[in-house]
Amino acid sequence: MMTAIEHAIDQSQHSNLLSRAMNFQAFWVLIAALLACLTLSLVTDTFATERNLFNVARNFAFVAVIAVGMTTVIASGGIDLSVGSTVVLTAMVISVMMYNGNPFWISAIAALSASLLVGFINGVLIAYVGMPPFVVTLGMLSAARSAAMVLSDNKMIWEFGPDHDLLLAIGGGSIFGVPNPLYVLLVLAIVMTVVFKWTRWGQHIFAVGGNEQAAVMTGIPVNRLKVSVYMFSAFTAGIAGILMAGWLGSVTTNLGQAMELTVIAAAVIGGANLAGGEGTPLGAVVGALLIEVIRNSLILLGISSFWQGMFIGCFIIIAVGFDRLRKLKSTD
Amino acid sequence: MSRLRVAGISKNFGAIRALEGVSFEVEPGQVLGLMGDNGAGKSTLVKIVAGNYRPSSGDLFVDGAKVDYHKPIDAQREGVEVVYQDLALCDNLSAASNVFLGREPRKNFAGFKIIDYAQMRKRSAELFAQLKSETRPCDLVRKMSGGQRQAVAISRTLLANAKIVMMDEPTAAISVRQVSEVLDLIKRLRDQGLSIILISHRMPDVFAVADNIAVLRRGRLVANKPANQSSPEEVTGLITGAIQAA
Ligand SMILES: Nc1ncnc2c1ncn2[C@@H]1O[C@H](COP(=O)(O)OP(=O)(O)OP(=O)(O)O)[C@@H](O)[C@H]1O
Ligand SMILES: [Mg+2]
Repeated sequence: MMTAIEHAIDQSQHSNLLSRAMNFQAFWVLIAALLACLTLSLVTDTFATERNLFNVARNFAFVAVIAVGMTTVIASGGIDLSVGSTVVLTAMVISVMMYNGNPFWISAIAALSASLLVGFINGVLIAYVGMPPFVVTLGMLSAARSAAMVLSDNKMIWEFGPDHDLLLAIGGGSIFGVPNPLYVLLVLAIVMTVVFKWTRWGQHIFAVGGNEQAAVMTGIPVNRLKVSVYMFSAFTAGIAGILMAGWLGSVTTNLGQAMELTVIAAAVIGGANLAGGEGTPLGAVVGALLIEVIRNSLILLGISSFWQGMFIGCFIIIAVGFDRLRKLKSTD
Repeated sequence: MSRLRVAGISKNFGAIRALEGVSFEVEPGQVLGLMGDNGAGKSTLVKIVAGNYRPSSGDLFVDGAKVDYHKPIDAQREGVEVVYQDLALCDNLSAASNVFLGREPRKNFAGFKIIDYAQMRKRSAELFAQLKSETRPCDLVRKMSGGQRQAVAISRTLLANAKIVMMDEPTAAISVRQVSEVLDLIKRLRDQGLSIILISHRMPDVFAVADNIAVLRRGRLVANKPANQSSPEEVTGLITGAIQAA
């Protein structure tokens, strides 16, 4: 018979489990980001301006949206290096179609379909052919960008046909002073937090990332699950691609270059475990926020932006180091 | 009528004869200790009964009815479950999530089907209590002892209403205290009328729980007799071949 107290302990342990979801790492990263914000608003008078905060909020949303997708892939034990190229491919598909006079919605659906196709190819090669995710998505990184170049003849596109203003408004506009991409991120992060915890799909992703063989033996459709995970990752890249096209007002074939690194960094800094089985949407968002705040601070403090890569690189290594430390402690 | 009857099972892997005409029976509420040297064919036998491999020849009967399965899921439908020592648990999930992995109960919430964690906790707490195990449903498997892990794995089979549970080396690589925990689990399953096939290299463990002891040597069954009519010395002789058959 379980006493009320035992039950309460059980419950609290369960909510612990829920917040293990946003385990310590995400929490500390958030603190770090907030501290950085605080320091910046004290030492500069440019940080806490409405305009700058707006820019920070918008810029980080693009990375964070894809980082939520990346976290899903990483939680399942994989990796997706092709997201930066998927961004440019979707941006190119929507801009070429709109340039040729198609309405926004049709072009957007075509663009998202292109991104889903990229994810589908990735997923099938990884799940059914059994190729390593690193190799498959590295190949796709090259192939998808090349497809974008072919599609656009490597030209810049800045005229988007009859729905030109709509595209720019969706990607670059704001509602109640909050940039639109941030709303998209908010919805995505909340929905995925619920999905991770409360749906079979979400739980099975963590099962596959935790112990793929066990997942197979319990009859989870692991291959189908993996395909869906890569499709979801590509889908988030597609969303970001469309929003970025509208924000920039022009699309060139180097859009999203090296973005996969920032995105992976955001996910890992936010607590996604590259060995699989761990990661939260909230962590991905917080990780992306920290990266953007650092990038912004370098600019505001007049430090060469060439240092940015150094910071991100160090943060990835520190984040993984923290993870090691925690593992060592918990096995003691 | 026996719960499981293995009748003249042979299995070839190319030129390798892993099993040759193996026959035995297990009754409900009985523990069969299956022993043999490395490569004797124990795991192959388990995999055939569990539906991972099809036999090259011979038949399987569950509750007197001939079964012929092609996939592990077919065997599971007949009530045959396998407990693996480390393979089948996800360290990063809770005990309850592991017990229900792949068959999570769901409830309706605002038109969506969401996982019913309350039911999972309740049911797995019941199963752990049934096994008299100190396992808590919400603990992460990562933090559990070998015995608790075994309880989680066994609870999976209870949940599935298994009739036959096969355990391949459940006591390998766990501490002495945990071994007795696992042996207790096996006795509780037996008391509930399940048939258990226990594979182990550890003589004391097998003699502690097994009603019958079967010995495989190079794919042939060289003994199958009540444990109380045998001895560790005899079984050792049978395994090595010092004693031809018993
Ligand atoms: N899939 C396979 N393909 C080819 N040969 C196999 C296969 N599985 C097992 N064998 C062979 O069949 C024989 C019996 O192997 P099995 O794994 O059943 O032995 P075991 O009794 O479980 O040994 P251990 O105590 O080492 O676990 C061995 O000679 C092995 O090499
Ligand atoms: Mg074996």
